[in-house]
Amino acid sequence: MKFLRNTLDKIKPNFEKDGKLHFLHSTFDALETFMFVPNHTTKGGAHIRDGIDLKRTMFTVIIALVPALLFGMWNVGELHFTAQNIDSSIIDNLIYGAMKVVPIIVVSYLVGLGIEFAFCQVNGHPVNEGFLVSGMLIPLIVPADIPLWMVAVATAFAVIIGKEVFGGTGMNILNPALTARVFLYIAYPVEMAGDIWVSGIKDGLVDASSGATYLGDLGVGKAVTVDTYNAFMGFMPGSIGETSTLMCLIGAAILIVSGIGSWRIMLATVIGALGMGLILNAIGGNPYYDLPAYQHLIIGGFAFGAVFMATDPVSAAHTQRGKWIYGILIGVLTVLIRVFNPAYPEGIMFAILFMNVMAPLVDNYVVKANIKRRLNRVKA
Amino acid sequence: MSKVIKIKKGKDISLVGAADKSTAPKTLSSSFAIKPTDFKNLVPKMVVKAGEEVKAGDVLFQDKANPAIKFTSPVSGEVAEVVRGERRAIQEVRILADSEIKYKSFSTPSTMTAESIKEILLESGLWAFVVQRPFGTIADPSATPKAIHVSCFDSAPLAVDYNYSLSADGDAFAKGLEALNALTEGKVHLNINAKSENAAMFAQAKGVEINSFSGSHPAGLVGVQIHHLDPINKGDVVWTLNPQQVVFIGRLLTSGTVDLTQKVAVAGSDVKSPQYVETIVGVNVEAITVDNISNDNSRFISGNVLTGSNIGSTGYVGFFDHLLSIIPEGNEYEFMGWLFPSYPRPTISNSLPISKFLKKSFVANTNPHGEERAFVMTGEYEKVLPMDVMPVQLLKSILAQDLEAMEKLGIYEVIEEDLALCEFVCTSKIEVQQILSGGLDLMAEEG
Repeated sequence: MKFLRNTLDKIKPNFEKDGKLHFLHSTFDALETFMFVPNHTTKGGAHIRDGIDLKRTMFTVIIALVPALLFGMWNVGELHFTAQNIDSSIIDNLIYGAMKVVPIIVVSYLVGLGIEFAFCQVNGHPVNEGFLVSGMLIPLIVPADIPLWMVAVATAFAVIIGKEVFGGTGMNILNPALTARVFLYIAYPVEMAGDIWVSGIKDGLVDASSGATYLGDLGVGKAVTVDTYNAFMGFMPGSIGETSTLMCLIGAAILIVSGIGSWRIMLATVIGALGMGLILNAIGGNPYYDLPAYQHLIIGGFAFGAVFMATDPVSAAHTQRGKWIYGILIGVLTVLIRVFNPAYPEGIMFAILFMNVMAPLVDNYVVKANIKRRLNRVKA
Repeated sequence: MSKVIKIKKGKDISLVGAADKSTAPKTLSSSFAIKPTDFKNLVPKMVVKAGEEVKAGDVLFQDKANPAIKFTSPVSGEVAEVVRGERRAIQEVRILADSEIKYKSFSTPSTMTAESIKEILLESGLWAFVVQRPFGTIADPSATPKAIHVSCFDSAPLAVDYNYSLSADGDAFAKGLEALNALTEGKVHLNINAKSENAAMFAQAKGVEINSFSGSHPAGLVGVQIHHLDPINKGDVVWTLNPQQVVFIGRLLTSGTVDLTQKVAVAGSDVKSPQYVETIVGVNVEAITVDNISNDNSRFISGNVLTGSNIGSTGYVGFFDHLLSIIPEGNEYEFMGWLFPSYPRPTISNSLPISKFLKKSFVANTNPHGEERAFVMTGEYEKVLPMDVMPVQLLKSILAQDLEAMEKLGIYEVIEEDLALCEFVCTSKIEVQQILSGGLDLMAEEG
């Protein structure tokens, strides 16, 4: 530790104002503060501060994502081997999955952090930790067989257009990870649809019949019997990290217990989806209308979206009351989009992005209500 | 007792080194100072020069904008030095005190009317203790306050317990309250702590409205109490004082002298034996901390650790303060400290479970435990602000310098101390009080 500190102190002058490597100051600062909490002290105001900081906050979200990530890797392998009728152990599945998933993670981080660091450098800002989470979310919401160049392009799009043009971390309107996903969905529709959900079957290894997802089937009007247990556990095709509702629930528990993720948004989203699902059940008529409301929660990316995407504090509603409205509308819209627009199976993605855009409006009304209460006081 | 107002949000921060309820024998300090920087937006105009002799109660300087507001010497002696800072702004007026204090004598009014009280308070310099809301400036003597609020308990970390520090001043306190009653046509609110025993001087005070509050810090902040009792709307003026200051006023009206003797709590984890010290307003720190500091790398804060000012080991206790908090500086690198905190630290976050749940009392230092970042986490400030004010939106309106929005969002109801806990809990380490201060100044200037 001492040695590391001394080394950092030795090379630090190179990155300071007149140093040779000043153009890398943000990068140095990011690495230095990653290893050592700085020796700064408070200047005035509150002389003592809470132990929490943005690094720890973001790291907690990463921890919450780990169950979904590990399960996702295993599932990629399991689906791959099952499709070929090969018996495989947990280790086999994990190794195959890791071979598919780790490169995607590496590309996502390299591209995203590279762009982020470059922007910070040019603007003279310190590097914010926001992308640590986005960089992990992106791999979890793409299919395992996605070409790596697509990951790179989508990540670059998300970071530049989704975030940096608005002013960087804390200023973005849309959730960056979902921006990447929707970019893929719209820019490469062929590659993002059809039988892509089971890794390795496209190459004609086998004639795969199990490549389609529930949402895909429902979208073409097929009657579907959802295997509730498998859907809840995540033993089904889908994007890497999104299939297991159970893993998302573990993540949700970590986020809620640690106080990092908003339980209001998660709960509201579930209430919204259940409510809308029940209404449609009451109407009935086609397989999608008749899909039991609770099954909306366990198929597709609903759980993953509600836990990890809708709760992004920057793009969600900022007011406490606004969070309830925001969450409920995400749930309602997810089900509506799924049922009424079967061409777009990923309702949760569009619902969250739409509500990201609407969140400032929701907040505006909550703030107006506060102002009104204050004005009414005078009249009373 | 009337009904208890429950403050449900907030956080008590328990620090090691609370002052023991004992008082060190009076130490004779020779150096005192009155600092114009303790008063918001004050531009002082000197009345005395260095080298002149003054008595306790003699004018040192005036408010340039309103010369009726005078600032007087807390002790008798020689004006030793007028310390000036940037652009010759006066920072401190230091007085070398006599060993025996000579008091200037003021004639006490025979009947308590608003005019007679104002006159003697202005002449004696005690008016400077009266703080006005909105903005937290010295009260404008020509204004008519709709109420006067006195918070009889301080919920901040290491705070003074008035039940102890004022235990001998019951009569002066009662007299002071009489004067406050004369100053306003509205109510005088005396806000007491529902959670603890209150001395009879507070709980059975006459002629005032007694309100009791329960809950964590900031339940003891007068701003929070006003919000729950009788919130400040546009155009309202409310005055606030703390009980120590009420006692000063009571003493003046009883004896006709400016006797600013008070017990100062010397507290914090860097104090060997934290306890109260009997001294006078504006005392030099060295005199009351001699041989009692266990660390050579401490921060000396006049006031509490959330709102006080860093005065250094040789500075002077602030005009409004009777707490000296001494805590370690945090100017050390911490290896991977964001991931593996190497020592417990106060927090409201469950993501630091050891600190949050296992530790009761902390040795807190001045390290911010992270760097300033863009505003990301929402819902944090709201957890510690028990007011129907939206802190984030208010701060944003200040940053945008949108006066209309600031007014609508309730800037009249808050001063810096009310949002100090928001600054404490902020994940992004944003300087909340500094931003609010800028907004208050802007509003006071233009509004």
